[in-house]
Amino acid sequence: MLDSNKDSLKLEAMKRIVAMIARGKNASDLFPAVVKNVACKNIEVKKLVYVYLVRYAEEQQDLALLSISTFQRGLKDPNQLIRASALRVLSSIRVTIIVPIMMLAIKEAASDMSPYVRKTAAHAIPKLYSLDPEQKDQLIEVIEKLLADKTTLVAGSVVMAFEEVCPERIDLIHKNYRKLCNLLIDVEEWGQVVIINMLTRYARTQFLNPNMNESLLEEGSGGDRTFYGSDEDEDEDEEEKEKKAETPAMAKRKPYVMDPDHRLLLRNTKPLLQSRNAAVVMAVAQLYFHLAPKAEVGVIAKALVRLLRSHSEVQYVVLQNVATMTIKRRGMFEPYLKSFYIRSTDPTQIKVLKLEVLTNLANETNISTILREFQTYIKSMDKDFVAATIQAIGRCATNIGEVRDTCLNGLVQLLSNRDELVVAESVVVIKKLLQMQPEKHSDIIKHMAKLTDNIQVPMARASILWLIGEYCEHVPKIAPDVLRKMAKSFTNEEDIVKLQIINLAAKLYLTNSKQTKLLTQYVLNLAKYDQNYDIRDRARFIRQLIVPTEKSGALSKYAKKLFLALKPAPVLESPFKDRDHFQLGSLSHLLNAKAGGYQELPDWPEAAPDPSVRNVEVKDSVPEWTKCSSREKRKEKKVEKPFYSDSEGESGPTESADSESDSASGSESGSGSEESASRSESEESEDGSESEEEEEEEEEEKEKKKKKKELKKPVQESEREMNTVTAESHSHFTSLFSVEPAPSPQVTPVNTFLSNSLVTDLEGLSLSDTVLSPATIAPSSALKNYELLHRITGEGLSVEYCFSRQPFSPDANMVAVQMQFTNNATADTKNLHIEDVKLQSGMRVKEFSEIELLPAGETATAVMGIDFCDSTQAANFQLCTHTRKFFVSIQPPVGELMRPVFLTENEFKKEQGEQ
Amino acid sequence: MIHSLFLVNASGDIFLEKHWKSVVSRSVCDYFFEAQERATEPENVPPVIPTPHHYLISVLRHRIYFVAVIQSEVPPLFVIEFLHRVVDTFQDYFGVCTEAAIKDNVVVVYELLEEMLDNGFPLATESNILKELIKPPTILRTMVNTITGSTNVGEQLPTGQLSVVPWRRTGVKYTNNEAYFDVVEEIDAIIDKSGSTITAEIQGVIDACVKLTGMPDLTLSFMNPRLLDDVSFHPCVRFKRWEAERILSFIPPDGNFRLLSYHVSSQNLVAIPVYVKHNITFREGSSQGRFDLTLGPKQTMGKAVESVLVSSQLPRGVLNANLNPSQGTYTFDPVTKMLSWDVGKINPQKLPSLKGTMSLQAGASKPDENPSINIQFKIQQMAISGCTQAGQTL
Repeated sequence: MLDSNKDSLKLEAMKRIVAMIARGKNASDLFPAVVKNVACKNIEVKKLVYVYLVRYAEEQQDLALLSISTFQRGLKDPNQLIRASALRVLSSIRVTIIVPIMMLAIKEAASDMSPYVRKTAAHAIPKLYSLDPEQKDQLIEVIEKLLADKTTLVAGSVVMAFEEVCPERIDLIHKNYRKLCNLLIDVEEWGQVVIINMLTRYARTQFLNPNMNESLLEEGSGGDRTFYGSDEDEDEDEEEKEKKAETPAMAKRKPYVMDPDHRLLLRNTKPLLQSRNAAVVMAVAQLYFHLAPKAEVGVIAKALVRLLRSHSEVQYVVLQNVATMTIKRRGMFEPYLKSFYIRSTDPTQIKVLKLEVLTNLANETNISTILREFQTYIKSMDKDFVAATIQAIGRCATNIGEVRDTCLNGLVQLLSNRDELVVAESVVVIKKLLQMQPEKHSDIIKHMAKLTDNIQVPMARASILWLIGEYCEHVPKIAPDVLRKMAKSFTNEEDIVKLQIINLAAKLYLTNSKQTKLLTQYVLNLAKYDQNYDIRDRARFIRQLIVPTEKSGALSKYAKKLFLALKPAPVLESPFKDRDHFQLGSLSHLLNAKAGGYQELPDWPEAAPDPSVRNVEVKDSVPEWTKCSSREKRKEKKVEKPFYSDSEGESGPTESADSESDSASGSESGSGSEESASRSESEESEDGSESEEEEEEEEEEKEKKKKKKELKKPVQESEREMNTVTAESHSHFTSLFSVEPAPSPQVTPVNTFLSNSLVTDLEGLSLSDTVLSPATIAPSSALKNYELLHRITGEGLSVEYCFSRQPFSPDANMVAVQMQFTNNATADTKNLHIEDVKLQSGMRVKEFSEIELLPAGETATAVMGIDFCDSTQAANFQLCTHTRKFFVSIQPPVGELMRPVFLTENEFKKEQGEQ
Repeated sequence: MIHSLFLVNASGDIFLEKHWKSVVSRSVCDYFFEAQERATEPENVPPVIPTPHHYLISVLRHRIYFVAVIQSEVPPLFVIEFLHRVVDTFQDYFGVCTEAAIKDNVVVVYELLEEMLDNGFPLATESNILKELIKPPTILRTMVNTITGSTNVGEQLPTGQLSVVPWRRTGVKYTNNEAYFDVVEEIDAIIDKSGSTITAEIQGVIDACVKLTGMPDLTLSFMNPRLLDDVSFHPCVRFKRWEAERILSFIPPDGNFRLLSYHVSSQNLVAIPVYVKHNITFREGSSQGRFDLTLGPKQTMGKAVESVLVSSQLPRGVLNANLNPSQGTYTFDPVTKMLSWDVGKINPQKLPSLKGTMSLQAGASKPDENPSINIQFKIQQMAISGCTQAGQTL
């Protein structure tokens, strides 16, 4: 039918094939017939062919190649949706041969006019990465570019790609951080989840712990809190209150000021708590839990409680997370205690989790209500749940001293329950409780001893035996009797019961050897021939210890001490206790095990890293051809200003994004600008409401000022332009060619991708308004200085560097980087050197020799060599002085990666001619 | 992210599979079946099951398990929420989401899944966009399609996906412009033996059906917005406006959608509109138990209580129940021991009751648990929370 001319027949055939695929039947032998139809006009047939192709291309690589040309044609289609779908299918075909084609297509699509195509490109990145991880470096470049995108459509997808390809390259986020925060609310919900999770991690590395002050206090009192939480609950609560009251006061005392960017993130995510999507709510909740100051975390409780009304699977996940949160921040959920009451219709796993939460929430004030609830639960028909309830009662009893006796009495009553499981569970719990204060409760032990006749559950039997053995001096009459009974049934018992029988025998032998000597002998003899080696082993060991012989004299003296040592009472702890080291809401947290690809949530840094990296303006060391040069100048000035001025630059992109959306929807325009205005802080609001044009005017003004101020600047400017020129000239294959290394045959290792990326870069170039002419080429002696370390962040030490364009004598493959150190501080700086160099594979660094002393106000220069391996990857290292270390990175602009080649005039002309 | 999706029916057969990345063998579901066997009740299957190489995240809806296969770290709620969205979409398309419906429309299902996820990451989940891409099958369309050979895949391209209001399709035209809002409130209450309320919460949703031409911008205001303690919105609602003025302002999607759901704080006292008198006893020794249940309305402000459904899980020892309802019908399932009584409307003059005896297993001891009783009912045109809508403007 597939060969038929009629579309309807083809369609029918394809439908049957798809139905086969859906059922999991193999339809791969139809591959050639199906692939023929890839160019079919009928849109449904086409779609179904795509479905088929994506499914089977991996198995029939050669034949799949036949279809590629169709997609390549589609990539050039004027309609953005067709371009996008072509890219989507192309990238979904998992055939290694077409990796280069895919790479090219992604790069092209990443600079497409349509945001939808760019979004598809972002989606394609992880596909290509999983197909060929070798492409990582190139893909990171694409990601970096797409991260700079200002549309909401792209943001979610590209962050997803970022998380999959290079989650460790957190430095790529810096410049886009504020933009992402501001766009967040308009991103589609799935994207929001990914972005929020990523930002949580980012914030953990970049900001200081907002609870720093509190956590110091906590350490003081917190130690005992975890263990004796019960007894000190009251104090703790008061403490909590005090702390809350003290927070502002403390903030004054110890100047912790929240980074405005940190605040921005918290403020912008808060409204998302009201999303209809549970995943978004959870993502925000975990963000607040991990990042917000203690006083603010409370807002998430309400939203999480709301999620409990959702599907049971959602409840399950949310409750798991709530359980973890309640351990750390109990106060947060206390007002919602009743929301965690169990409904008879809940599935067991939900019930158990709710119990867990209730137990965590229990304190003196609410324990009576909780216990009353528990009493009802015990009557439930769901036995697993009843068992969990008994455990929960046990935990409440250990945690809260006042109710211990009540709980114990209640549990003892349960011993007469008809259900064996209930009794067994109670026994185990009672055992744990009794261990805390055995003296008072010998009657309970007696009661339990009687139970041994009836209870069959091994764990319970073992517990009773252990209890009797441990406290045999409280029940001197019954204990030997129990042992006698047990000895009789020894051979029929479970292993764990046998072990406890041996224990009991040993303990009785030591305390009451007169009555039990023979019994013990008997039990040990039985155990000696047991099938289980653990039991045989134990028997042998105990015999040596307690039965005095000539050889084992030394140890048997201490036997009594060994066996009857006072054992510490067990601490009943929540299984969720240590879970919070996993990022909440993650799969790993749910499973309490590390899932593949889980990114650890980093600890707060000791000192905040340089906040200026998030300034939106281009860092000088980064070549961004698309940005017009006026921006650059602006930045220079910016750095000098106090911190808040940065927000000005930041409001630019937000505004433009908003205005974009406004123009599209038309109707939203009124509220759009309102929203953005209210979103920005009061300080910024002035700037925020300014329109784009105004901003540009401002820029121009600054430009003028700048020109007056700095004479050196124009030279640098022209230098930069020259770089641009060379790039352009290369793409147009005009005659001008001097500094660009790529196409000249002498420069060996420059690979094709460099020129590729140049081509893509150049597409953006057409946007820049600079009018270029060959005349602007400056002599290569005018070098552009890049800032490596600003004097404020460097505490007086400022470092600038430039690519000196001189051969680096120790190694010809290295690029010479000339550094200029200026000490603006009042004190001398000593021992300037480089440490801890982090490089991409293949890159090398030749460090400069240590500068031993840099007196205040002086300047020194040094030259270091870096082999960038012809990539534009940054070289990261630490610049160390005798007191501090600074993280810095040098990233080469493309035009600076070169090596010296000596040409005669004729040769030069010849080269020119070839171009 | 999401690698593959398997649909498993109640009897444990995989009847549909879809892969977004490399093919994962369906044998991975064996782990799921194992867990399923271990669980006593179908809803007790853990939603997340780790296997050596994959993680299975499953959702149970309409007696079908939707099992997603995950290979690396991903927020589990993300997957769960997406699976529910898939089910909602199916329901939207086929009316019901049953195995039969899915099998009948397997091609549409496949096309839908293809559009909803790209490489395991959600692409288009708004039903407005999806409907533009793939037209939902109706009887009429199926007939036309078979005769003319046309398709149910949208000819035009999904422009909605490109706009900033992705939830609304463009170029909507209606001759009658109308918009309906339904306020549905649910009370969730736990009442103890003696009839006092332990906990009660009110949960409400506003469902809307908007059929308006063009790009309407609606606002909706409430008389007493303070009542709404906690709200969650459809993405179309502007957060800021709500925060500042407590006014809902939005560009609605076309057709049916859930505008918001809200929660009325449990601190307020909630008046439960019905009461239950019950008397269930088992006598020791005899194999008989007495069952007596009476329902009555209270505080309904004169509105009738309708579609009342009482269900109760009786103790395991109960063999059969011989009851006599004063109105409605009752059923007792001897296997699951579930008693359900469809009462219908409560007539305040003549209160419905259910009386009779239960026969117990001979020789079995008296069941010690009291069965819990669940009651569902509807009251038209009454909002328990007292939440009222003040007005709406275009």
